[in-house]
Amino acid sequence: MGGRGERYLVVMPESPEHGAMSPSPRLWRMRCTEVIAGGGMLAVAAGTVAGLTVGPAAAAVAVAVVLVGSLAALSFARNRFRSWAYTERDEDLIVERGVMIHRLSVVPYGRMQFVDVSAGPIDRIFRLATVKLHTAAAASDARIPGLEREEAARLRDRLAALGEAKAAGL
Amino acid sequence: MSVGLERDEGWRRLHPLSPMVRSGRAVLAVLTLAGLSASGVVGSSAGPRWYDVALPAIVAIVAIVNWYVTRWKVDGVTLRIETGLLRRDSRQLPIARIQAVDLVRPFLARMLGLAELRVRLAGSSDADGRLAYLSEQAAVALRARLLAAHHGLDPATPEPAEQIVTSVPAGRLVGSAAISAGVVACLVVAAGVVVTEVSPAGLLAAAGSLVWWLIIGAGIIWRHVSTQYGFTVATSPDGVRIRRGLLGTVAETIPVQRIQAVRMVEPLLWRPLHWCRLEVDVAGHLGRDAAEGTHAVRKALLPVGGLDEAGRLLQIALPGAPPPPVPSSLPPFMTRPPRRARWKAPLSYHFLAAGHDATLAVAVTGRVNRETTWVPLAKAQSVRLVQGPLQRTLGLATVHLDAAGRHVRAEFRERRQEEARSLVTELAALSRTARKIAAHATPLVPARPAIPAELPVPGDGDQAASVAPPVNASQREA
Repeated sequence: MGGRGERYLVVMPESPEHGAMSPSPRLWRMRCTEVIAGGGMLAVAAGTVAGLTVGPAAAAVAVAVVLVGSLAALSFARNRFRSWAYTERDEDLIVERGVMIHRLSVVPYGRMQFVDVSAGPIDRIFRLATVKLHTAAAASDARIPGLEREEAARLRDRLAALGEAKAAGL
Repeated sequence: MSVGLERDEGWRRLHPLSPMVRSGRAVLAVLTLAGLSASGVVGSSAGPRWYDVALPAIVAIVAIVNWYVTRWKVDGVTLRIETGLLRRDSRQLPIARIQAVDLVRPFLARMLGLAELRVRLAGSSDADGRLAYLSEQAAVALRARLLAAHHGLDPATPEPAEQIVTSVPAGRLVGSAAISAGVVACLVVAAGVVVTEVSPAGLLAAAGSLVWWLIIGAGIIWRHVSTQYGFTVATSPDGVRIRRGLLGTVAETIPVQRIQAVRMVEPLLWRPLHWCRLEVDVAGHLGRDAAEGTHAVRKALLPVGGLDEAGRLLQIALPGAPPPPVPSSLPPFMTRPPRRARWKAPLSYHFLAAGHDATLAVAVTGRVNRETTWVPLAKAQSVRLVQGPLQRTLGLATVHLDAAGRHVRAEFRERRQEEARSLVTELAALSRTARKIAAHATPLVPARPAIPAELPVPGDGDQAASVAPPVNASQREA
């Protein structure tokens, strides 16, 4: 399932001035680092184990397998990274994601219960943050990962302000 | 006890008998066990021992202390409940945000003329607004007061008269439970037959387990019948009133404007009888204790009833809703997915249908049981489009219209891809309009001060930051 699939955001009418936005390119670098670091460690471990138990030929095969797997993971991560997109419209936020399973959420600002901005340890190394919008419905997940800190802060403030302005009762 | 039980005006305690009712069951169970073990029926001990008595004593003391440190009062627009001995817990329940008020009377409490009042808010767990127990008159009076205040009336307004809409005859209730149980029984018998065919020696074991199955089945039927017995639905200006229960009774009041979604379920074996079950969803989280009745935020509006009856109740829950769709003749605004959807949903294709008008979305799903869901567009929390790999191959997509809660949604399943895309746009736009109309109908609470603009961005020091209070939608309705 390669490719970034079709983007629906473009067909939504009344697109705002800046159109669809994507996570920061640093998210892709972060994913690369994660995969390379994980794959490297796995390759060393697999090579060592195979080399000690079977022989050097097996070690080479194990390392090769792990490397091929890492490459596949990398291409998958690439597609996944490119699939993320979000658009701020006048009344709602649209978030689109997914390679295998394509998902598009439209969350009205007025339905927002609260906004979460979170940053894990690896996120912080890359100076990234995840913005998550919560509504009263458990299923409506509007999460945008890999935003640069300034963009995350801007988005959070804008969402909070819009949520305040357009809030509607349950 | 430095917890400040100063005798403020207005603070009130729960009924003095409540510790007895609250601990009653546990104490009785322990004492019975102790009695059994003492009489030598169970266990090998001879005579009662100190710890047989210690446990009930501890339970009783805890209940009494709990009663002593709990107090409540209605303070203008909030109901305040304070409890806890070591960790003092003070709850403020804004009356304007009440989702439902329940009056629960377990058997023991009913014998003593007591009742428990449960106040449910959006996003609160069941235990949040519990007053267990009050005397019956006090509980009824408090309920009237809370609901009057909820509707912006003078708290002294007496409880308005209600009009009974429907009630479920006991025979039908037992019948419906028996049909459901009959299926299980048939399966068990069939399993027994198979076992006997395979090895005749297994017959004895099968017969033995059959007895257990029968006991379990009877227990399930009894539970269903005793909780739903005498089910009565009434309307009043307060909202929909539901009364039910055989030994312990429950009286629920659901303000109509709080209903998030309505679902009609037609189980396979009920369909020849044209019976169905009608449920409503109220915003809130699933409570922990499913014991005495009002466990879920999903409440039965009709445990079993005819389709016309369900249609009438639907009109009360969602005024102006189109009648339940009949599979043979769908209303014009509802459509079925294309034939190729059979490949994606072979077991549910025969039921799938969905549609919407300007105010409401209706969706039919289900494999064995036919489920029809109505979600008012004004209550929609989000619109989602999901497309899995198989759906992409077939050019299909599913659109969800989510309402508040878990798994509360109208699913437009397996629609054509292009149709699904325009549906997302359309539903988003329609629900925006519906929301605006609803907002004009119910004036909002005056806006509170906006959040300060300069909030910290999660830096190297803090893991996460939330912006919570300004946008709590549930605080918005007056």
